[in-house]
Amino acid sequence: MPSSPPRVVATDDAKAVIDQLRERHGPLMFHQSGGCCDGSAPMCYEQGDFRLGTSDVYLGDLHDCPFYMARDQFEYWEHMQLTIDVEEGRGASFSLEIPLGVRFVVRSRLFSDDEYARLEPVEQAAS
Amino acid sequence: MIYDRPSLQDTYGNYIDGAFVEPVDGEYFDNPSPIDGETYCQVARSSDADVERALDAAHAAKADWGRVPASERAQILNAIADITEENLEYLARVDTVDNGKPIRETLNADLPLVVDHFRYFAGVIRAEEGSMAELDSDTVAMHVPEPLGVVGQIIPWNFPLLMAAWKIAPALAAGNCTVVKPAEQTPVSIMEWLRLVDEADVLPDGVLNVVQGYGPEVGKPLAQSDRIAKVAFTGETTTGRLVMQYASENLTRVTMELGGKSPNVFFESVQNADGSFWDKALEGAAMFALNQGEVCTCPSRILVQESIADAFTEAVVERVKNITVGHPLDSETQVGAQASNDQYKKIQNYFEVGREEGAEVLTGGEVAEGVAVAAGGDGEPADKGYYIKPTIFRGHNKMRVFQEEIFGPVTSLTTFKDVDEAIEISNDTLYGLGAGVWTRDAHELYRVPRAIEAGRVWVNCYHLYPAHAAFGGYKKSGFGRENHKMMLDHYRQTKNMLVSYDEEPMGFF
Repeated sequence: MPSSPPRVVATDDAKAVIDQLRERHGPLMFHQSGGCCDGSAPMCYEQGDFRLGTSDVYLGDLHDCPFYMARDQFEYWEHMQLTIDVEEGRGASFSLEIPLGVRFVVRSRLFSDDEYARLEPVEQAAS
Repeated sequence: MIYDRPSLQDTYGNYIDGAFVEPVDGEYFDNPSPIDGETYCQVARSSDADVERALDAAHAAKADWGRVPASERAQILNAIADITEENLEYLARVDTVDNGKPIRETLNADLPLVVDHFRYFAGVIRAEEGSMAELDSDTVAMHVPEPLGVVGQIIPWNFPLLMAAWKIAPALAAGNCTVVKPAEQTPVSIMEWLRLVDEADVLPDGVLNVVQGYGPEVGKPLAQSDRIAKVAFTGETTTGRLVMQYASENLTRVTMELGGKSPNVFFESVQNADGSFWDKALEGAAMFALNQGEVCTCPSRILVQESIADAFTEAVVERVKNITVGHPLDSETQVGAQASNDQYKKIQNYFEVGREEGAEVLTGGEVAEGVAVAAGGDGEPADKGYYIKPTIFRGHNKMRVFQEEIFGPVTSLTTFKDVDEAIEISNDTLYGLGAGVWTRDAHELYRVPRAIEAGRVWVNCYHLYPAHAAFGGYKKSGFGRENHKMMLDHYRQTKNMLVSYDEEPMGFF
């Protein structure tokens, strides 16, 4: 059986920004936000800066950085593949790329029926 | 008419200890206006050293400020309100350039509400008092509200001056000193407002400090500091959790306002008669476009009863199609520019999400091209601002456009059969900040708002924000309240003095 399609992928631009941030900050992590202002945008932190809970799920690695989301939010997102890209901009949050004058953004597409059938369940982020 | 674009400073630093100062590291960032996408000034890119400076100033001021009588604090808040009111049109223009929102909103909503907010807290602090209880004939318990000391406040960018007022007015009224971090998208209007307040010399030095800069470089050290007694945050859920995690390191108090996906529920009785209430209901449905949808309580879900859905939807779509998107400084403009490029792109991404999931676009669903705004002083149309057409999706409540805060002029419409289903759909969300209920039925008028799990339910109205009405979230929308005098208790702690007037020993030892 073919392998599970990735739930989250990075564009080349996003990879370049991740590399730049990793050089400065060391290992990184992502957590997808919800809610107002900068909500619905992915947040990038130094690995371990954001405390994960049993309420979070791990979606996979984004250019070698673990990507997480709150489980209740994931229930609405689980049928879509997320592509993390960057745009010029200035989010007001603590995400590490903001001082670079860019912002990670998420694009979404529906998994095909075939892909959806092959998806493996997500793991709980913390125990 | 098109209001003049204010001429502003080329650079803005910080406001610390009653003085405008440069950031310690001397670094600045470019600040574009969403109106034309062009940089028009530079703003301090502060660091933890600036946060420490501000905290030094606030701590130096806190003992004296905490002892200022309530009557005097009220006078100061009233003076700030007067200064704001005297400069209302100017500040409205600055706020519009800062944020991109239409001038008719800053003139008629944001700024008048700022004024009223300071006056409200000036009023309630005079009437506030502690309590005294006689526990027995010789023993008295006194409860005295005391300020927390120094607080940190992180302001969102959607109402730059109003959200600052929501946080600053009660903090000062309660006797605290504050270190404020404005949003990096909208750093300017608060500095222009502070310049006016500073010129009037009404506030003691160090009571109100503003540190500009990026979230990871200023917001984080502020939230993480062991020198603040409380942090108030408005934003999204991940940063909210992060701020709480930082606060937990020092047992710092927190209040959180984290957004919503507010249902706006229309029952069939709204259509029982034509006339002004029907008109009011249609306007209520179109309220999602207020402030370009950049409101935590944006009524971004329209729930309409099946029996009136066709006529209602047609009338709402017609009304929304007539909304004028345009130059934010034009008094005729109803929807201005989104506050930043990344928001602008995010909203467009949600148009794709909605379409991918099969939601039908009833109107909008694209950017508004051709809003020509003369850029940064050269007089040439820039056509680079962040303009979006007001958009209505139709679909069902499990779709992402029904579940996620888009923070744009976008709402998603669905139908319900009866009261039970209206409540079920309303509450099928992670959030619980706002809601609207529209009906002429006396039973629905009370039962439905009570059954909706949200901190603010507008009944037969929407998007009113009087200072005297408590605002805040249920569920993942956060906790703590803003507005209303109960807000004072989020900025105070209770001193209990337990006093014995009895001369006799207890007899234990």
